[in-house]
Amino acid sequence: MNIFGFLKYYKKESILGPLFKLLEASFELMVPLIVARIIDIGIKNGDKPYIIKMCLLMLLFTFVGLCCSLTAQYFAAKAAVGFAKRVKHALFEHITSLSFSDTDELGTSTLITRMTSDVNQVQSGVNLTIRLLLRSPFVVGGAVFMAFTVDKTSALVFPAVLPLLSAVVFGIMYLSIPLYRNVQQKLDKVLLRTRENLTGVRVIRAFCREDSERTAFETENTALAGIQKYAGRISALMNPVTYLMINIAVIVLIYTGAHRTYDGYITQGAVVALYNYMSQILVELIKLANLIVTVTKAVACGKRINSVFAVGTREESTASEVPAPVGDNAVEFRHAGLTYKNAADEALTDISFAAKKGETIGIIGSTGSGKSTLVNMIPCFYPATAGSVLVNGVDVKEYPKDALRSRIGIVMQRARLFSGTIRENLLWGNENATDDEIMDAVRIAQAGDVVDGRKKGLDAEVEQDGRNFSGGQRQRLTIARALVRRPEILILDDSASALDFATDAALRKSLRELDYDPTVFIVSQRTSSVRSADRIIVLDDGKVAGTGTHFELLENCAVYREIYDSQFRKENA
Amino acid sequence: MKEKKNVMPALKRTMRYIRKYYVLLVLSVITAAVSALLMLYIPILVGDTIDCIVGTGDVGFERIAALLTRLAAVAAAAAAAQWVLSMINNKMTYGVVHDVRNDAFAKIQMLPMSYLDSHPTGETVSRVIADVDQFADGLLMGFTQFFTGIVTIIGTLVFMLRINAKIALLVIVLTPLSLFAAKFISEHTYSMFKKQSETRAEQTALTDEMISGIKVMQAYSREKQTLEKFDEINDRLEKCSLKAIFYSSLTNPVTRFVNNMVYAVVALAGAFSVISQAGAAAAFTVGRLASLLSYANQYTKPFNEISGVVTELQNALACAARIFELIDEEPQTPDKTGADDIAEIKGNVGFNDVYFSYSPEKPLIRDFSLDVGAGRRIAIVGPTGCGKTTLINLIMRFYDVNSGSITVDGTDSRDIPRRVLRGNIGMVLQETWLKSGTIRDNIVMGRPDASDEEIIAAAKAAHSYGFIRRLPDGFDTVIGEDGGSLSQGQKQLLCITRVMLCRPPMLILDEATSSIDTRTEIRIQEAFSRLMEGRTSFVVAHRLSTIREADDIIVMKDGNIVETGRHDELLAKNGFYASLYNSQFAE
Repeated sequence: MNIFGFLKYYKKESILGPLFKLLEASFELMVPLIVARIIDIGIKNGDKPYIIKMCLLMLLFTFVGLCCSLTAQYFAAKAAVGFAKRVKHALFEHITSLSFSDTDELGTSTLITRMTSDVNQVQSGVNLTIRLLLRSPFVVGGAVFMAFTVDKTSALVFPAVLPLLSAVVFGIMYLSIPLYRNVQQKLDKVLLRTRENLTGVRVIRAFCREDSERTAFETENTALAGIQKYAGRISALMNPVTYLMINIAVIVLIYTGAHRTYDGYITQGAVVALYNYMSQILVELIKLANLIVTVTKAVACGKRINSVFAVGTREESTASEVPAPVGDNAVEFRHAGLTYKNAADEALTDISFAAKKGETIGIIGSTGSGKSTLVNMIPCFYPATAGSVLVNGVDVKEYPKDALRSRIGIVMQRARLFSGTIRENLLWGNENATDDEIMDAVRIAQAGDVVDGRKKGLDAEVEQDGRNFSGGQRQRLTIARALVRRPEILILDDSASALDFATDAALRKSLRELDYDPTVFIVSQRTSSVRSADRIIVLDDGKVAGTGTHFELLENCAVYREIYDSQFRKENA
Repeated sequence: MKEKKNVMPALKRTMRYIRKYYVLLVLSVITAAVSALLMLYIPILVGDTIDCIVGTGDVGFERIAALLTRLAAVAAAAAAAQWVLSMINNKMTYGVVHDVRNDAFAKIQMLPMSYLDSHPTGETVSRVIADVDQFADGLLMGFTQFFTGIVTIIGTLVFMLRINAKIALLVIVLTPLSLFAAKFISEHTYSMFKKQSETRAEQTALTDEMISGIKVMQAYSREKQTLEKFDEINDRLEKCSLKAIFYSSLTNPVTRFVNNMVYAVVALAGAFSVISQAGAAAAFTVGRLASLLSYANQYTKPFNEISGVVTELQNALACAARIFELIDEEPQTPDKTGADDIAEIKGNVGFNDVYFSYSPEKPLIRDFSLDVGAGRRIAIVGPTGCGKTTLINLIMRFYDVNSGSITVDGTDSRDIPRRVLRGNIGMVLQETWLKSGTIRDNIVMGRPDASDEEIIAAAKAAHSYGFIRRLPDGFDTVIGEDGGSLSQGQKQLLCITRVMLCRPPMLILDEATSSIDTRTEIRIQEAFSRLMEGRTSFVVAHRLSTIREADDIIVMKDGNIVETGRHDELLAKNGFYASLYNSQFAE
């Protein structure tokens, strides 16, 4: 996948734009010729009407040139903007289809920069390329061509000097581009250290690391300034060297021109014209050098975007039909295991259990024991790397993605709401839910007071990330969102942590009374949250340490007893 | 308006930074003048040479040779001057920028916590990074183009006036036309750009929100609907971007059009002068016309450049003002000198009539007094916002008391250098912070010279050894900014390991185990108990089960102590603590 392929939708603009630019440049190239005529014919003969005529012609050319240029600018802008729109659309679509492990690996902040600033850089690159990239070589080539029409012998200087000039321009670019990339990397380091010193200021001060941080910063800053100066020194060569070369060419040109004039082959006006063409080349070179920096940046950003498109190697389930259920297990794990990308060890090892329809399963275990990982495998957010996970008796990998996920209501650890209204957020669960259905779900989730507490009720505004709601309110609304769906499988991933004990208990009670009898998974660190479950799975270090009811586990599972004791020990003492 | 006001002081401050490089500055001005004048001299030489080429059989070769030799020398000198100029400016700019960044960073280390707590991180970072960068760009452009531009304009004017005063005046009158045209366009595109950046911001906000919440979005299969929403904004953005980009791109062709018109007028007037003065003594020749035309072309360029530089410089100075604002910020009160000799702190902490508030209108801690003997274990409990974390801020001297005093071993803590005080306190906060680097880098923060055995022992005590060992490179695993992919609980374990390694005489644990499961927590508590043996410790916790072992429990409410005592005593009292404690078992 190469994003520059999107330009094919703007063939017309990408071709016509530069074409009109070339037209404009051609008119510009006529100007030295006209001046030559003014000198050779008008001035020589003292023919004032002729001079006026020529000047008017020059004005006409200029005006036509303006019109061509405006047309070209329009096409360039249209192609660049349209191109950027298509890239953004495709990129956004691609990002939303990435698997969880791809998203984990890339990191959301990079994805956001690529979606925004990188695409903008590419857009201006495309815009400038259409406007200028063809123009400069054309003007240079045109100037050479025109010089030949003036006098072939004198014009030989042009083809002699051009390769040298290109060698200098591209040589310096070749040397400086990696340097600029290096500058960017060093700047990233300086930025990182500044950020860290602000976010970690309490820790840094607590450990008295101010001085060593300052020394580290100064070292990095000096390295940055050093590479900046070095890169600057290299690119500072560009203008003086090209300037000198052009002037040497001018000297040769005029000297040859003088001889040719003496011998009667050309006129004084022709020499002026040749000189003017050489000057035009100098001007274009300077423009080209500036343009190339922008284009290089755009190419670099384009590569960053391409690399996002390159990720996403996940095996898309090819199934198009929803498989028919087999047996009466809602969820079953058969020797399932999961190794995260780039991880050394399995996060979950050899998990086997089955949950019948309507059962409530509690999952408990210590930090990092794999509780969240286990429930995230049910909607196939992370496909099993060993064994298999079955929903309704069929391997989750064989479901069409949406068909699988629409059966499941999952409430994640981090309660996340989106900007909009409460209703819009809850409708995510089921687009067609009526207000009554929504309010039912809200009441079951113990969020009735959250909605009633807002003047506008369901139409109350939710700010970005739901920051105008407290942690507990957010949690209850996200539970309601899952319930609006009336899911076959309901997963609560430590999603009652911000609720007080009484609300938590009321929530569990109303979940038990749901009329559609879903299979419920409750992940928690509190034994009180899982003790009434039909079955509790105790995880320890990615393995099952025990399965059973609360009392069975107290009897025969040391890990569970330890967890229980850590919470209730003193009461028995 | 506010920006304008800041420009002058910012310029003065900038000059103070540049003063260090005054030799370079003087050299820069001189070389700028030299290179501009030399470059202006070249068209004259070319014009004179062309005048020697009159026609067939009529060419002054000797004079041409002399003129061209001079041309070569001048061009070489001009190129050399240009190169030297770039090098000087380069050195000066990046030198100044380097100094400014160092000063800014040094200031960050000295700022009072109240400043850092009240200013968003992103804002300060953007001052040190983006603003300084913008400043560098403006400065470099200013150095390079401002002096050269001015010298070029004046030089061109003088040369043109000398060649032909009338035509020169014509050029002077006509050139502002292109400036007007450019200004007219930029004024009219301003609103379009504003619309564009608003729409772009809207799109960024949506992208940010949806990509941050991508897992929820996928869980609810909302990809299609979100994409539709995105496309709607994307379409609007396309339309207003097209307008903004197209209209702003008119500037170049239009100014070029105006310049070309001027060129044609000069050609006309020049040609007429050549004809009318033909044969006169100080005649206006064809060569002169060629020089004049080339000047007319050059003359407009520095104008456009200088107007660009002025905008850029204004922008740069506005950025500089923001950086200087940071650098000039009042630092925290400096440490008292001469108190370095407190070698060993035992850990007696006393609060004497302490008053403190973050803002004068909201008093927080009032008349707080407490004596903590060395080696005591103190637990601080109370509802959210009662001032528990504030007490810790005061002990660590992140903030200083408004009145009253805090003493350590009888000395006012304000008389103890911060590094001595803090070096004797180990602190673990609820909000974990890890720096990018290896796990080892993070653990040895308090004791860079710790041996591997000590590190492993600390990790075992903090129960982080198990998961560290399972990481791809163990202690040498590199973690990204703020812990990267580690879970919240794992991050807390690392922060605890950090303190386990230091073994300072005083300990502060502010919700240090909130994200760790209760079972591991108990094991860590045991390790802490061993560690806290003989050390003064302050423990803040929500989970009341974690603080039962404390020697003294301080129950706070609204900035005051409402109860103190041991767990059993407080329960027996059946007061505020008892009601807090019992609420967690309500079912």
